[in-house]
Amino acid sequence: MNSSADSHGHHISRQFNSDLEEVRKHMLEMGGLVEKQLGDALNALIEVDSGEAARVVQGDDQIDAMEVKIDEECNLIIARRQPAARDLRLVLAIIKAIRDLERIGDESSKIAKAAIKVSEDGDFPEGIVEFRTLGVKVQRMVNMALDAFVRYDADAALRVVSEDSNVDTEYAIAMRSTVTYMMEEPSSITRILHVLWALRAMERIGDHAKNICEHVVYMVAGTDIRHEKLSDIKHKLSG
Amino acid sequence: MNADEELAAASQQEQGASLSDDDSLETCIEIKDLNLYYARDVHALKNITLDIPRNKVTAFIGPSGCGKSSLLRCFNRMNDLIDDCQIDGKIRIDGENIYAKRIDVANLRRRVGMVFQKPNPFPKSIYDNVAYGLRIQGMKSRRVLDEIVENSLRAAALWDEVKDRLDRNALELSGGQQQRLVIARTIAVEPEVLLLDEPASALDPISTLKIEELINELRRKYTILIVTHNMQQAARVSDYAAFMDMGSLIEYDSTDTLFTNPSKRKTEDYITGRYG
Repeated sequence: MNSSADSHGHHISRQFNSDLEEVRKHMLEMGGLVEKQLGDALNALIEVDSGEAARVVQGDDQIDAMEVKIDEECNLIIARRQPAARDLRLVLAIIKAIRDLERIGDESSKIAKAAIKVSEDGDFPEGIVEFRTLGVKVQRMVNMALDAFVRYDADAALRVVSEDSNVDTEYAIAMRSTVTYMMEEPSSITRILHVLWALRAMERIGDHAKNICEHVVYMVAGTDIRHEKLSDIKHKLSG
Repeated sequence: MNADEELAAASQQEQGASLSDDDSLETCIEIKDLNLYYARDVHALKNITLDIPRNKVTAFIGPSGCGKSSLLRCFNRMNDLIDDCQIDGKIRIDGENIYAKRIDVANLRRRVGMVFQKPNPFPKSIYDNVAYGLRIQGMKSRRVLDEIVENSLRAAALWDEVKDRLDRNALELSGGQQQRLVIARTIAVEPEVLLLDEPASALDPISTLKIEELINELRRKYTILIVTHNMQQAARVSDYAAFMDMGSLIEYDSTDTLFTNPSKRKTEDYITGRYG
């Protein structure tokens, strides 16, 4: 299912080739920035570092601007080149993926804002560590999703899709533990609620990483796997 | 056969070059093991096998010299007019072998009308152009001729533009109007199949859109086969598309599939402009 490295090379029109290469490069740059924002936001929450959290919140504007710019580049490619087949799928996948990346940026910003709120109330409440596991998992999902995009690797993308259910399980565990903590320490409910919003943001980031991987599968194999069960997806792709 | 040709032939056999997945399709033209040679040594069409569905638009795309126009000319036996052209294999239209000896070629060309790249109206009035085929068939009734001329011009989306000047010379019309007049002339004799060989390549974008709109209307009544170099046009107007290369049929599928997710690398390279 993996496509070769020359998946979009050797176009007769060098300008078209370079336009496609450029927009793909910009999308991956945006992906890199989003990954950094997410990492920094998680770190700010763990370390209760309001300074770093504030930088993440500010940095979200840059991600928004990149989304608009890449969207415009895709519009121009469609208007000027009328791409077909794998070129069309690449452009469509980019248009969809940058929306998910922008949303991951927004969710990272929410985590950072939660970190600021937590820091206003002093140190991080003891006993709340579950979100770290969840954070690491979603970070890895985003990383693998972007990697699958770069490599045109539908198999790797499918592995990320299947990973999302683990994130959902992890989220449920963290929620249970957080609710238990709130019951035991009613005085800390306000502070814990901020952590709860951050957990919710992490779970949403997992969903967006999964979406990106669905776009990768469409881009590589031309098969739309959205809203399908994993077992059906494998059947669909092998058929 | 070299390796590429063998591969193309094998893939064609493998997919059967039919659209059997869709049960609602009725085959109009059946092509089986068709080979065409020019001057004995030029093998222009190689083992073409495919079924063309009725009342649909089927586009043939491919680089220059791939054989798409040669294939189109087989359907109304225009290749008979070329010296040293030899054809083997079968083409059946409505189940009838059009290369059988008993076939009346003039009648076949009435049933299978053809429109060429360059509009070719006769140097006669607009009315006489459309009535030409009917008069040859012996139709004399002015009332019937009037009715068919009007209906044909309406069907070709030209009536409103020419209804007040039917006696004017057809050569006074614009290129786009001339092409629609030629289509009106073709459909006046009630064909079953329309062959369009690059029908809009000599026209400006607006006239091209009018022809495409016309094709969209005509598909309800006719089986349309179109050869075009304009891939966006093929994507816009056709229901099914066949990609040909070096005389072989490489891929035949619904236009939606062929232009978004073709199964053959060669097709993909061609439609994305990586060919050559």
